[in-house]
Parts: sequence; C-alpha cells; structure tokens
Amino acid sequence: MSTDVIQARELTKRYQGRAAVDRISFTVGQGEVFGLLGPNGAGKTTTLLMLLGLTDADSGSVSVLGRDPRRSPLAVKREVGYMPDAVGFYDYLTARENLAYTAKLMEIDAGERDARIVAALERVGLAGDADRRVAAFSRGMRQRLGLAEIVLKRARIAILDEPTSGLDPQATENFLGLIGSLRHDGVTVLLSSHLLDHMQRICDRVALFHQGRIALLGSVPELARQVLGGRSAVVVDARGDGLPALLRGIAGVASVEALDDHRFRVHAEREVRPDIARALAGAGAELLRLDDEPLSLDAIYNRFFNAMAQEERRHAA
Amino acid sequence: MRREGSPMQGMNVVLLKELADHLRSGRMRVLEWLIVLTAAAALYGVFQQIRSTTASDPYIFLRLFTAAQEPMPSFSALLGFLVPLAAIGLGFDAVNGEYSRRTMSRLLSQPIYRDALLMGKFLAGLATLAVSLLALWLLVVGAGLVLLGVPPGGEEIARSLLFLLLTLAYAGVWLAIAMLCSILFRSAATSALVSLGLWLFLSLLWPMLAGALAQAVATPDPVAQMLGQPGIDTLQWQLALGRLSPSQLFAEGVLALLVPSTRTLGPVFLSQLQGALIGAPLSLSQSLGIVWPQLIGLIAAVILLFTLAYVLFQRREVRA
Repeated sequence: MSTDVIQARELTKRYQGRAAVDRISFTVGQGEVFGLLGPNGAGKTTTLLMLLGLTDADSGSVSVLGRDPRRSPLAVKREVGYMPDAVGFYDYLTARENLAYTAKLMEIDAGERDARIVAALERVGLAGDADRRVAAFSRGMRQRLGLAEIVLKRARIAILDEPTSGLDPQATENFLGLIGSLRHDGVTVLLSSHLLDHMQRICDRVALFHQGRIALLGSVPELARQVLGGRSAVVVDARGDGLPALLRGIAGVASVEALDDHRFRVHAEREVRPDIARALAGAGAELLRLDDEPLSLDAIYNRFFNAMAQEERRHAA
Repeated sequence: MRREGSPMQGMNVVLLKELADHLRSGRMRVLEWLIVLTAAAALYGVFQQIRSTTASDPYIFLRLFTAAQEPMPSFSALLGFLVPLAAIGLGFDAVNGEYSRRTMSRLLSQPIYRDALLMGKFLAGLATLAVSLLALWLLVVGAGLVLLGVPPGGEEIARSLLFLLLTLAYAGVWLAIAMLCSILFRSAATSALVSLGLWLFLSLLWPMLAGALAQAVATPDPVAQMLGQPGIDTLQWQLALGRLSPSQLFAEGVLALLVPSTRTLGPVFLSQLQGALIGAPLSLSQSLGIVWPQLIGLIAAVILLFTLAYVLFQRREVRA
C-alpha cells in the first residue's frame, strides 16, 4: 500500500439541486480492496461513475493512476475495468462473441485476442460455456462473465458495483473467491455493496456512505472501535434466576440487555468474562455459553445508522 | 475542458458489430422481404404495360421506376413509403436498447467516447440501408435487362444511381429521426410508436394540412378565387410548407430525376414556357439543377437531426 492509485477530493455531484454525492474525499492504495458501503441511493454508484469519467463531477477533483478521468478518459478507461450493477450482455451473442466485441474496443491485438479470451473465461470458470448464448446464462454466470471482461482487459483497477447482490450463496462464495484472486494478482479492487458480511470478508478498508457523504472510513476493526466504543459486547447464555441483576452487579459492567429468557448482551469497559463466569458459578446458574460478540460490520452499520436516525429525530424535535 | 484522444476511436469496431447485427437480424430480413415482394408486385404490372412501348420511349428504363399499374403504386412511390419503415426499424432501439440490455455502462467503460458509439451505430444503419437499396436497384435493372431485352443507356444509369443516392438521403433522415427517438425515450416501444407516428403524419397528413394552412396564411385574392385558382401566394406557401416534410422533398426529387421532361417543381407561368419544347427531356445537368435543393435539403436534415441526437446523447446520464 505504498502508493495511492485513486484520490478523490471534495467530490460533489448534484441531481436537480439535491446533492447525490456531497464533498467526499478518500484515497485507495495500490493493491487494496476498498469497499463502498451504504444503503441504496447513498451515492455509491455515482461515486464509482465519477472515478471512471462516465459522470462529470460538479466540483472537486479525481485522480486515477495519476490521471484526471475527465480530461483523459480513454487513458483511464484503458487501465480500469468496470462491472456495473446487474451487468448486461448481448443475449443473442455467445460469451466468446461478447468478449470479442469488447476485446476489439480495448484494442487487444487480433493475434492475442482469442487466447486472452479463452484464458479469461477459464479463470472465471466459464470455459465450458464459451460458445453458448448469453441468453441462457444465470445471473451468477453473467456476473462472472463481467469479471472475465476485467480479467481480459488486464485492468490495474477493478471497479465492481454491487457484484454479489442477487446471487445465491454458492455463486456468492464463488464470486468472492474470484475477487480474492484478483487481489492476489495485485489488482486494486473497489466494490460497492449493501451486503455487509460479504464486504467484511474481503475488504481491507470500507467507507460507510450516508446521504451522499462518507460517514465513516477505515478497516473493519477500526470502525468497530469508533462506533461500538472500544470493546465489543459479551453474549452470555445461562439458565438461572435473577441473572440480569446478578450481571449488572459485577464491577465494570455498564449495561445488560436481555436478548431472550436466557441470553444477555453485556457491555463493559474492561475484560469481564472471567468475572461473569465466577459470578454465575457462585450463584449456581448453568452457564451454557460465554462469548465476545463477533466484530461484525452488521453491528457497526446498525449501531451507526440507529444513532444517526436518533440524532435526526432529536434535531427535528 | 479539452479531452485527450480521438473521439472516433473504436468507431469502426462499433460499426462492424452493428452492421453484422443488422444483416443477420430477423427484423431486417422481414423488412427486406417486404420491400422485395411489394417491389416485384409493382414491377410485374409495369413490365406488362411498357413492353409495348420499348421502341418509342428513349427512357424506357426510368419508366420501370416511375410507371404505375393499377392498383399498385409505382416502384419509386413504394420505396418512398417503405424505406422510412426500414430505417425506423433499424434505428428505433439503437440507444435505449443498450440501456434496457444494461450494456451501455459496460460499453462506455471501454476506452471509447460516446461519439464513436453513436456515429458507429448511425453509419452501420446507413450502410445496411445502402446495401439493401443497391441490391434492390441491381435486381430491378437486372430484371429490366432480361424482360425488356434493351440495355439501359448511360444517362439512365446515372439518373437511377442519383435516385439511389436521393433514396439513401431520405432513408438517412428517418434513421436519424428514429435514433433521436431512441435517445429521447427510455422505452423502445414508445420510441417506435413515436417514430412511426411521425412518419404517418409527415407522409400522409402533412400534405393535406399544408394546403389548409396555406389557405389560412395567404388568403387567395378575389381575382384568383373567381378563376377558381389558388393564387400565386397561396401556392407558394403550400409548396414551402409541404417541403418541410421529407417525403415531399423525396417525391419531388424522384420526379425531377426519373422523369427527364420535368422542367420545374413549382408553379410555371405561361410566359416562361415561350419557346420551350413541351415534353422534350432536359439534360442530366439541368435536371440535377432542379433537384439540387431537394437533395441538399434532405442531406442537411440528416446532419441537423444527427447533431441534435448527438447533443442529447452526450447529456444523457450513463446509469440506467
């Protein structure tokens, strides 16, 4: 992560007076997997399009591989592969013909073209379907064909818009593996999603979008510290009487939330698991499970947006 | 802001792909058969009719294009009717089709400008129409050779080739209109409906409306009314308004090119005919002089409509 391949500064885009993207700034390092995260309509796709020069920013500046995509779009688009949300192909052409068309647009030499197309199809596991019409392809296969196009281009940066939405679990698994292999090749990957667990597994850093702004930016553990306040919660699964009171009585415990009859979420300022175990054992309760709640982007996301909503309500009141 | 790189980069790739798509599409095949069959029907009657006058008519080949045998219209009138249909068929989903297939943003993320995409699509449509028209022309000339047994003269060939060029310009206008609609409307069905509606309006309704409008704008003077004639002002207005429709320009061009005895496309005064040999054919260069405004008008309309489509397409958001 020595050099930044993408720099966005104070990017703003307005649609009919409303700011879809509002003064966002971020950088992406060479070889990084960077996730744009947020609800639909938060400005993720618009941001990605501005990086490609497909949408003009109203103000702010972008540099992709040291170039301005507005001034030299062709040079940028030669190095950057893009896979739009729900990527489409010409249904009446085969996978190979579809890639051949874009290969010509990419100016790949005629001599190399066929070999590179075959290699790209093989890479994404579509070699056996090369001569089938795309009309017969499933959603997952189309997504993989979209990725094959990026492989074919030998792009240095891959920009993927919602690559895993609408895929079944197995296809998702497959696709995340392919993205991992791109990273292995040293390709910088930018992807947007609203599916948090996917992002958590493959992203080095994520940017949380909220109403056109980046609300949070950092690696998942960093964000957890920022939003969840230092420690993650402890989940206790135990059977016995008067447990909430008992848990609350332990020194260092800030609050106890009952998840159901016998499961509780305990927030604390310090490591309290040994104390909880001792206290429960002392009270004669059956301790079934005692665990740090896993650091999940889901938790960060929900906590963050709940806090935002509360803030807004308070402002409105 | 100046952009780097040629705007035409990748245009040939787009052109060849679209051309291949057109030539093997079922849509084009249907349109071609429609034109070939109706043309055959129109020509069959004409052959019967003009075979008897082969010896006396110096422009017997041109008669193939212009003669009509009831109930079929002439071959050129048929083309004037069907060529717009073919052009609209090729262009009505040129741009919105890429959106609905969700291929637009993927294409534009390749190293090409939008210019290349639009230009490539337009030229591919025009090339498809040119190939079809040329094939049709060769069929007609070939059939003429076989059935009439007379070779066409050099001037006849030149006039009919110019007619081909005129038809192509006319087709270009409708292709540009269809592509404009495909940019304006997100749905291909709306785009097709609007282009076809425009075609019906300009070809069938506008000639009638032009007459009525001319009456309203320039009321005929009493003298003319007494003579039962429209009056020179009214006539001029009617012509000018009528020529706003490309089909009117095409019809006039056909008349001047394929009927060599046509001396004018507007009103003529008796005094202007003094010394003229009525019915004597004009030379090609003089016919060309008559048809020049019509031909240039059609080409200008193509350029104007394409430019409008280009500007709108540049402003269109990429996201669907």
